[in-house]
Amino acid sequence: MKQSEFLNMVMPLKDKVFRFSKRLLVSTEEAEDATQELFLKLWRNREKISSYKNVEAFAMTMTKNYCFDRLKSKQASNMSLVHSNYKEKGTSLDRRTELNDSVSIVHQLIAKLPEQQRMIIQLRDVEQYEFEEIGKMLDIKPTAVRVALSRARKTIREQLIKQHNYGII
Amino acid sequence: MESSRIEQLLDKYLNAETTLQEEEVLQDYFTSHNVAPHLTQYSALFGYFAESKTERYTKTIQLNTQKKNWKWLSVAASVVLLFSVYTGYNKLYPANSGLSESEMAEAKRALADTQKAFQMLSKNMNKGTAAIGYLENYETTTNKIFKNK
Repeated sequence: MKQSEFLNMVMPLKDKVFRFSKRLLVSTEEAEDATQELFLKLWRNREKISSYKNVEAFAMTMTKNYCFDRLKSKQASNMSLVHSNYKEKGTSLDRRTELNDSVSIVHQLIAKLPEQQRMIIQLRDVEQYEFEEIGKMLDIKPTAVRVALSRARKTIREQLIKQHNYGII
Repeated sequence: MESSRIEQLLDKYLNAETTLQEEEVLQDYFTSHNVAPHLTQYSALFGYFAESKTERYTKTIQLNTQKKNWKWLSVAASVVLLFSVYTGYNKLYPANSGLSESEMAEAKRALADTQKAFQMLSKNMNKGTAAIGYLENYETTTNKIFKNK
């Protein structure tokens, strides 16, 4: 496969891959590194890619697996765990004082969801994939996607209404 | 759009039963400016999704830099290896050309000196033989004289 063919096929996915890994890894820099690394991986496996029916689903599955590995290795080393805790606190504090924006509250609420639900919200409500596709990407049944998505949306709504009633928004 | 239809869609949405098209309808409704007051808390949610969609990966992705680097590294390594083998060989088995310039000049000077010395020696030798020639002459004449006697 030539480089131009590869780029035409895979490059339109770069924003989706980036957003998906950012949803999982939280930090923008880490998501950027992950995106770069994932495209190198795809490039190295370019001969295999053409044999896959659905390159997009394959790329998203790879992103998921890679991000999970990153998260695991992060938990394994204490240093980076401390670092990321500190960082996350910083951004949320920044957000609260600077923006105090209802949109960023949604970001916080999604970040608090379990990983599975977070991924499904991202893939459905942001990237607009069908349940079938999401099921393939995450290796679960479409009905399970539906259940988890419903749970996630309801959780977010409840939290939003709670904050709305307390007048935080 | 009337809010009762939106409420219906919202219920479906929360049960994850909406199609992608219906979700787009909700998205459009909540990102527009006339949202019914009792539904405003949802506009944060859909506003957030709309905003998330616009996030882009702004850096350029590099695909083959690493591979190129390895190639260049191997070329450089082979050059270094060849050079070190070459110099190492010269040190172990120094050829004539392995001498430095000053050593070379000294050797030339020594050669010239030796040749000069040999030339002097041969000149004097020729002087000696010439003298011996006289002596020989002398001997033959004396022999003549003594025979004749």
